[in-house]
Amino acid sequence: MSKKRIATVWLDGCSGCHMSFLDMDERLIEVFQQADLVYSPLVDLKEFPEEVDITLVEGAVSSEEDLHKIRMVRERTKILVAFGDCAVTGNVPSMRNPFGVNAVLQRAYLENVTLHPQVPREVIPALIEKARPVHEVVKVDVFIPGCPPSAETIFLALSDLLADRMPDMAKLTRFGA
Amino acid sequence: MNQPVRVKTLKIDDRDVSGREDETILEVARQNGIFIPTLCNLEGLTPIGACRLCLVEIKGVSRLLPACVTRVEEGMEVYTQSERLQKYRRMVLELLFSERNHICSVCVVNGHCELQNMAQILGMTHVSVPYRFPRLPVDASHERFVVDHNRCILCTRCVRVCDEIEGAHTWDVMGRGIDSRVITDLSQPWGESETCTSCGKCVNVCPTGALFEKGKPVSERLKKRQFLPYLTMMREERR
Ligand code: SF4
Ligand code: SF4
Ligand code: SF4
Ligand code: FES
Repeated sequence: MSKKRIATVWLDGCSGCHMSFLDMDERLIEVFQQADLVYSPLVDLKEFPEEVDITLVEGAVSSEEDLHKIRMVRERTKILVAFGDCAVTGNVPSMRNPFGVNAVLQRAYLENVTLHPQVPREVIPALIEKARPVHEVVKVDVFIPGCPPSAETIFLALSDLLADRMPDMAKLTRFGA
Repeated sequence: MNQPVRVKTLKIDDRDVSGREDETILEVARQNGIFIPTLCNLEGLTPIGACRLCLVEIKGVSRLLPACVTRVEEGMEVYTQSERLQKYRRMVLELLFSERNHICSVCVVNGHCELQNMAQILGMTHVSVPYRFPRLPVDASHERFVVDHNRCILCTRCVRVCDEIEGAHTWDVMGRGIDSRVITDLSQPWGESETCTSCGKCVNVCPTGALFEKGKPVSERLKKRQFLPYLTMMREERR
């Protein structure tokens, strides 16, 4: 059996889900005996590859860049996993939604700043109207709630997926876990 | 003179059970260890059938009926676990989550919330309808308590406990449908309420993080609910 190809992607999240992923410790060896990590913020690869079996997506879809990225990732991935509460529910990034983009930028870059207050318009990608859970933008196959999901949860979910089984996530984790 | 109590026999999930004629399907199910999910229901408060989580199927009835406000009847055949019910219960839950802003990871009751638990029990891992993200206030004007409308599911447990048990009737519901909101007195800040006795009953019966006590760490925010059936029992005995 050929090794599966795994990727992880980081949108609007705090990287806590990725830290929890690393927290699998020696079980990472077990995972990577069955799979190759073909793209991830944890490794130095620039381009998201063409064919990926399983992609874990951390973070909500918050900016133009996130939108672009997640659509491309969806096209190239067989099983897309919403990884952690930000990806599953919008979570902390979605706390800006009731206020609207302008009010948030105003607060962050003008009201709370004393030196050169200005809203950045270059380099930083533009925010979209609302931070959205991944499945409101593209189809998601598996949901792993948790903020962050525990290393144990991630390991069990991955083990199932690598063995071509659908994990029963409600048994393993919950929102806010 | 007390009326003689009539007993009804029925089936729940193909099991023969019996209950008093004034009991509900939910009560009889619970007495027999049959789990029916509920959120607005709380032992000791008048059942109102608001959350619709306890819907059950009854043979010969095309509608689904809420078990918490449906009395048992002779020969009833009740089903509590069909796929149709599971589907509707999850849908009800998803709507509850989508209506307000539930950010569990930063919520004061994360880890001991009935709504959060229910999602796990019913196997709901995400919300498939679009979130509404309404802009809602938090009222921290009371010296001991806070109401955060972002987390309220309009179960009205607070309204009922304050009216039926404490006798203050500080809480009420204002507005219609999705815009409904719980209010204190005539929609004044809670801290300015002249009726609130600061007893904290509402806070303890609230299933979510909508009502909470100030200045307590999350780990100590377990709500105390044992007092309710006890209080009602004592009152009935005195009558
Ligand atoms: S009230 Fe419950 S479901 Fe809502 S955010 Fe708080 S923990 Fe989550
Ligand atoms: S604390 Fe105030 S509002 Fe709450 S139940 Fe007691 S009297 Fe009613
Ligand atoms: S404040 Fe709490 S108890 Fe009152 S209606 Fe909202 S969720 Fe229910
Ligand atoms: S528990 Fe029956 S409708 Fe809420």
